[in-house]
Amino acid sequence: MELAFVIEKFVLITVIFSLSLVVAMYSTLAERKIAAFLQDRIGPNRAGPGGMFQPLADGAKMFFKEEIIPADSSKFLFIAGPSLAILTACIGSAVIPWGQNILIAGRTVSLQVTDINVGILYIFGVVSLGVYGVMIGGWASNNKFSLMGAIRAASQNISYEIPMGLSIIALLLVTGTLSLKEITEQQHGWHWNILYQPLGFILFLVCSFAETNRTPFDLPECETELVGGYHTEYSSMKLGFFLFAEYINMFISSAVMATLYFGGYNYPGMDWVNNAMGPLWGPLIGMVVLFAKIFAFIFFFMWVRWTVPRFRYDQLMNLGWKVLIPLAIANIVITGVWITIYDKL
Amino acid sequence: MSISLFYFIAFLSIFFSLLVIFSKNPVHSVLYLIITFFTFTIHYILLNAQFLAIVNFIVYMGAIMVLFLFVLMLLNLNKESEPAKSNLLKIAGVVAGMCLLVTLVGSMKVLDTSNPVVLQNQNLGLVKNLGKVLFSEFLLPFEVSSILLLSAMVGAVLLAKKEPKLYK
Repeated sequence: MELAFVIEKFVLITVIFSLSLVVAMYSTLAERKIAAFLQDRIGPNRAGPGGMFQPLADGAKMFFKEEIIPADSSKFLFIAGPSLAILTACIGSAVIPWGQNILIAGRTVSLQVTDINVGILYIFGVVSLGVYGVMIGGWASNNKFSLMGAIRAASQNISYEIPMGLSIIALLLVTGTLSLKEITEQQHGWHWNILYQPLGFILFLVCSFAETNRTPFDLPECETELVGGYHTEYSSMKLGFFLFAEYINMFISSAVMATLYFGGYNYPGMDWVNNAMGPLWGPLIGMVVLFAKIFAFIFFFMWVRWTVPRFRYDQLMNLGWKVLIPLAIANIVITGVWITIYDKL
Repeated sequence: MSISLFYFIAFLSIFFSLLVIFSKNPVHSVLYLIITFFTFTIHYILLNAQFLAIVNFIVYMGAIMVLFLFVLMLLNLNKESEPAKSNLLKIAGVVAGMCLLVTLVGSMKVLDTSNPVVLQNQNLGLVKNLGKVLFSEFLLPFEVSSILLLSAMVGAVLLAKKEPKLYK
């Protein structure tokens, strides 16, 4: 491993890490602005021009709040909960291809931290690990409401991982590879996977709402029944980490959906633009396009949050086990039959 | 470097698996077990078995252990409410553990460790090669084990299902 390679990866990881933190930070503002827009209000507009500095003010407030650790709780696990939540939220970005290779000073730099050949499964593993933060935090709080929230989170995540995995299997039948880089390259020139896997995409979308604990699936923190759910006992930045982890998760799952189904950094007329702009600016425009797709998904997440009411718990389980899983299995069968017939033609 | 890394990870696996047994709180035990499984994942990566590593990661760490933790939290076991085990159960546990130990030692002795099998293909653990081997050379065991899993699933559902009501 040469030094330039290490520096290149280090810079890339730092940039992606800070980008996802900034996106998560401004998602909190966007959420409140969009809520205000949908409810015909103005929203936060005091801190800075148009409320631009609101997230900074919120962050500063979080840091300076008093830190309370419940007396009878396991202190180590109480701190480990939010730390794990934010850790698992952040490591998902490692395998996402953010753009084509760029050429800086005669050196080809890949805009992807690592292209492991089990990329999708890695994302899936990280997602399935995400529930530990919530579970450990909820259990360590030593509080009935927190425990209920943790238990709900566990059963919800387990239930919705299955249709998510099955919809990914159907996608893998189409693409024939598990590397996210190759999947993105296959979608070049309008071969977006959404056109081949419309049902699979809808299943994946619903499941990603459940996996990120967003409304209508935010039962682990359902405030009408459970006070605050798993983060009832949390204060200060530890609460901030839980909330932040949710927004980073939303960002990462938007990026995964854009990469898997909506062509990633591909856009119409890409080859022409790349020729015109050269090997440095062309891929960067692709990256901007990817981010535009990600922001569209984040907007969709928020739009749904302020439009669809929360499910009841039995409705959630029925939807997961009796609707989504059969649909996902049917999707696999249809895709398999279709590919077999297509190959014979 | 690879050898010293292996010894370090092996030490961690044994250390955390001992903690699984010795910790008093069942939830702590499960958390240590999760860390033990994580060290297994690192072992698989060291063996260049990426697919096995990630499947171990998803299935054991991400699904089975979540269920373990879920059940423990649902029961909310702690020192006060822990059911007292009878002496008979304890003796049975010791006997079963000893039997397992004898079996393991016996199988280790049969295994010719001084004469290891060298893999012909270094990249056998990658997804593509593993899939090819599973669906050609080992097709029958693969299908048989899938039927076994299916029957286990059906059995579990049957056990969990309530008795149908006799009256109408």
